[in-house]
Amino acid sequence: MFSFCTDPDTLETARWFACYLTSGKHLGFYASFGTVLLLLAITAPVALAFGFGGAVAARSRFLPLRLFGQGYTSIVRGVPDIVFFLFFVIALDQAFEWLRHQVKCPDWDQPIRQGNDFLVCPAAKLPLGNAPQWVHESYGFALAVLTFAIVFGAFAANVLHGAMRAVPRAQIETAAAYGMTESQAFRRILVPQMWIYALPGLSNLWMILIKATPLLFLLGVEDIVYWARELGGMKTQIYAYPHPDWRLWYLLGLLVFYLGLTKLSEIVLGRLTVRLSHGQATLGGAALQKAATA
Amino acid sequence: MSCLQTIQDYALRSVGIGERLLPRSDFTLCEQVTLIGSGLIWNVYFGALALLCGFFLATGLALMRNSHLRILRKPSEWFVFVFRGSPLFIQFFLAYQLFVMLPRTGVEFHLLGAAFTAETGWLTRAWAGALIVLFLNTAAYSAEIFHGALRSVPSGDIEAADAYGMSGFSRFRRIIWPTMLRLAWPAYTNEAIFLFHATTLVFFSSFPAWQQKGDALYYASYFADKTFNPFIPYPIVAGYFIILTLLIITLFNAVNRRLNRHLPQDARRRLRIRPQVIR
Repeated sequence: MFSFCTDPDTLETARWFACYLTSGKHLGFYASFGTVLLLLAITAPVALAFGFGGAVAARSRFLPLRLFGQGYTSIVRGVPDIVFFLFFVIALDQAFEWLRHQVKCPDWDQPIRQGNDFLVCPAAKLPLGNAPQWVHESYGFALAVLTFAIVFGAFAANVLHGAMRAVPRAQIETAAAYGMTESQAFRRILVPQMWIYALPGLSNLWMILIKATPLLFLLGVEDIVYWARELGGMKTQIYAYPHPDWRLWYLLGLLVFYLGLTKLSEIVLGRLTVRLSHGQATLGGAALQKAATA
Repeated sequence: MSCLQTIQDYALRSVGIGERLLPRSDFTLCEQVTLIGSGLIWNVYFGALALLCGFFLATGLALMRNSHLRILRKPSEWFVFVFRGSPLFIQFFLAYQLFVMLPRTGVEFHLLGAAFTAETGWLTRAWAGALIVLFLNTAAYSAEIFHGALRSVPSGDIEAADAYGMSGFSRFRRIIWPTMLRLAWPAYTNEAIFLFHATTLVFFSSFPAWQQKGDALYYASYFADKTFNPFIPYPIVAGYFIILTLLIITLFNAVNRRLNRHLPQDARRRLRIRPQVIR
């Protein structure tokens, strides 16, 4: 990075650290913070969409759909989320490869499961064997995002289902009295009003999502935990920057990063609650009204 | 090999009793169910002990947070913020690194002129190190719940206690504490469920599974890695955890009924299981 970094052994402490903290591997470490934020940015809306779908399915009149929705929303209550993470990453991968296998190699006669192996024809492999490294990495990341979205979608479905039931029944009846059809009442009355009831649950979910991001490490993505352990481990003299075991300091850095992210989210979500409470028939809304007239 | 033989060999494998070698190939369903069930012993051990010890620390922390004295309130607020604001996964890694850095020979310290040597090697083992992290973590989450409940104890109750001439500890033990528990219990049930779920993280953070003595998820991922087939071991873990969750709900529901027994039927608080406090 800097011009004086060519021979690190001769540098004094401040300059040594300046060089050490800007080495190529450290830039990768800083970029992995972006990976975490990217995961949060993609997963949150996708999970919300999944959750909305699950909540609507759980209210459906059509029995199989309702059972599916209720099953989806309640499964996360009984089973640890990490079990789902470990399960879906392999299961989704195999499901995609199996589907491609059915489409691309219809005349393949060998069984797919041979003893302890899962074998599909080479054309159905995901990603293809000759694909460049970045395709492998983004495929792994995409699988991780989908896994997160499925699991957190179930949590979100839980919250949204509760919020839909919390909207006063009289509102829907009034809409019916005005001649709105059921789907109109759902779109125009129920959905706009449910967010304030869902907000405490959803903000809690956001906090949980933030705190679940280190699990990316278990899914095989090179995230901040991976880099912190990699960079912090003891480096002997054969490395350019030898140092003892510094993993504790790197992990402390991660701890501070997460505490900061939590604090920031708390502040933003607090403001959002105030914004959404305007004109609502809730305690918070009434308090705002009182403050405005006083 | 019959299933009965497998149960004999592997039912207590996770605590080191029975067959030393894990099955290597041609896994039967019986082997998977037995070994994963054997791992569940560790999940129950971590969950139950952390919850039990955490309960008392949480009560203390909640009282400290409710105190007027800054010197008591601030440390408790920071403790809760640090443990609730950061991922449990990072806490495990950090604690492990911390315990590893302690000198291997033990710490010598002098107390009243005599020298003591405290062994520290056991802290790096999962049974102690991970238990300490889980204990502190659940204490922080429960303290937040108890603190909220403590603030919603009706002031009329406290005035009535004053009128009866109660004060200090007897007022706390007879009036405030039971009411606090009653109000906090539904949320605390959630905390208990998700604490048991969180115990599955232990062997995926740094803590090594010494001699392959691991928890339920450790064995499940062992099978999934060996067979490359996630569709058998993970549903088995899921089944075990659903049973465990139902047991916890039954147990906590019984306590809930006892805490609410003086109230009329329709004023009793029902337990509602919501994902409110997972890590």
